[in-house]
Amino acid sequence: MPPLINADGIHKSFGGMEVLRGTTLRVDEGEVAAVIGRSGSGKSTLLRILNGLETCDAGFLSVDGERISGLERDLRRLRLKVGMVFQQFNLFPHLTAGENVMLAPRAVKRLSRPEAKSLAGEMLAGVGLADRFDAFPDQLSGGQQQRVAIARALAMRPRVLLCDEITSALDPELVGEVLEVVRKLAAAGMTLVLVTHEMRFAREVCDRLVFMHNGVVGEEGKPAELFSRPQTPELAAFIGQAGQGSAGR
Amino acid sequence: MPYQFSFEPIYDNWGILAEGVLTTLGLTLAGGALGLGLGVLGAVVRFRRTPVQYQIVTAYVEMVRNTPFLIQLYFIFFGLPSLGLRLAGWQASILAMALNLGAYSTEIIRAGLESLPRGLFEAAAALSLTPRQTLRLVLLKPALKNVWPSLCSQVIIVMLGSSVCSQLAVVELTSAASLLQARTFRAFELYLFATAVYLLLAVLIRFLLRRVGRRFIARGRP
Amino acid sequence: MIRFTFPDIVRGLVSGLFWTVGLSLIAFLGGGLAGFAILMARLSRNRIVSRAASLYIEFFQGAPLLMQLFLVFFGFSLLGFNISPLATAASVLTLYAGAYLGEIWRGSVESLPRGQWEAAESLALGRWAQLRLVILPQALRISIPPTVGFSVQLVKGTAVTSIIGFLEITKAGTMIANATYRPLMVYGLAALGYFLLCFPLSLAARRLERRFHAPADKR
Repeated sequence: MPPLINADGIHKSFGGMEVLRGTTLRVDEGEVAAVIGRSGSGKSTLLRILNGLETCDAGFLSVDGERISGLERDLRRLRLKVGMVFQQFNLFPHLTAGENVMLAPRAVKRLSRPEAKSLAGEMLAGVGLADRFDAFPDQLSGGQQQRVAIARALAMRPRVLLCDEITSALDPELVGEVLEVVRKLAAAGMTLVLVTHEMRFAREVCDRLVFMHNGVVGEEGKPAELFSRPQTPELAAFIGQAGQGSAGR
Repeated sequence: MPYQFSFEPIYDNWGILAEGVLTTLGLTLAGGALGLGLGVLGAVVRFRRTPVQYQIVTAYVEMVRNTPFLIQLYFIFFGLPSLGLRLAGWQASILAMALNLGAYSTEIIRAGLESLPRGLFEAAAALSLTPRQTLRLVLLKPALKNVWPSLCSQVIIVMLGSSVCSQLAVVELTSAASLLQARTFRAFELYLFATAVYLLLAVLIRFLLRRVGRRFIARGRP
Repeated sequence: MIRFTFPDIVRGLVSGLFWTVGLSLIAFLGGGLAGFAILMARLSRNRIVSRAASLYIEFFQGAPLLMQLFLVFFGFSLLGFNISPLATAASVLTLYAGAYLGEIWRGSVESLPRGQWEAAESLALGRWAQLRLVILPQALRISIPPTVGFSVQLVKGTAVTSIIGFLEITKAGTMIANATYRPLMVYGLAALGYFLLCFPLSLAARRLERRFHAPADKR
């Protein structure tokens, strides 16, 4: 079976700065992959390319066997298969939690209002927020907002969910509830690509760890192996620092 | 002999003055609604930078913002008939007010759209919304909410400016006062009264628009 | 009947434009002085003075310019003075500009961080010295773009004085349009005259705005 996501030799520069220099990433159906690395290593850019928020300068990208170009139509088809959750939640401030979830199914998939409403109810229940359907984003905690954002992405029934540092903007005490939702998704067989700084979580939940360094994949493999026997000094140093950094969590 | 103030002409002719107030309100309502609608359209074009349309809207905005309302009014009422468009005074007034407000609110609303965080666009794109859907469903309301106070002020400026529509024989508040002063020679009292009414109307309109804003735009905000 | 050629029309409008510029300059300079007085009154520690200044601002920003002109014009005639349209226009627009400039400048002063006042105060400067040495020099910089922007509004405001009979470009336009029966062209040219005055000012205001704010607002 071909990989669900196949990104090969991706190059991307911003104003002369080469952020990705031939990155290759494959994610199989049902796999949970964590992308780790220092800030500036290109991991967020890679994720944004997988969802078409950035277009790559060179390289090959296919999702579910379909090749993706930079065309608007292609991008929209890509995004139907690839959901995304952002660091800053990006909920729509003028809509309730429920309406946030209902919006895309109604506008894009043309669901009727009752259909979308019951779908949204189901999705919010899935992230433990069935009772906050009518709350506006500014009435929710950061953790709750992020869970709504996850429900919103899942309501489009994507084949894979990309999570871009989804706990980095949260107060420490709110991180757990969001990770719990991700853990449940992983257990349910959802394909996930996470960019994260939560090393312990990555180690416990992910099938595969991808270490990015200077715009390429430096090392990848099973988390346990990577953590215990890093092959490169960069990863060893990174694990050392990250271990100290997240000791409190 | 010192001047004796007399406000009797106002009591005696309250019907005409009330009609004037209602006309001013009506002009403001019509011009305001049309102008804000025009502003939304203009802002969307300016924001999306669609070629040709963008240049047309930019030229319109600059033309309106750099010429006086009175000249716009005269141009429409006295000038357009030679192109075959003959409007009644009240029609020309509403058109001029709408075009004037449209230009200013185009810039205000565009600024509102541009001040929105990038993340909103990206979240909408990630959900496969088209650019058009993104504007209509995701960006417009938050943008309007951000700039609603400025839009309210602009509507009030247009309402105050409508006093020069008296020049087109539209019997709004100013011309009601002018008609009566020609009849009663109590110009100062009548204009003082009219001024007070304008000040009150400004307060009233601000109050009403704030409620409209709260009801339709800023839902869920405490 | 006099026949108007195209150059006649343009000449008539240009001489009107001359008065538009003159009135704008008078009102801007007079309004600058009035605005400074209003600014001082608004910043005064005396509650009554500051409240009076804010009422003044509310009146001149909240009442139609045409009403202001009528009130002064008819008010003076009540007092037994016959006041010319020029004097009416100049005095009203001066008061009007004073209100707007005072408010714009107060906004600039208040946009300075509180710490600037406190730092000046901690140096044992008196209130006037705080203002003159620390606050105003900084506020001046901030206030330049909106002040230039207001000049556009002021130039446009002078058009209303045509209604009380002041012969500036709009009034000239009305007279010429009535005499020539060519309102479309005459008002179009008058609009062009205003545009030529106002557009450069608008551009300057926008450019100054961008120059002063760009570094701070960069995100």
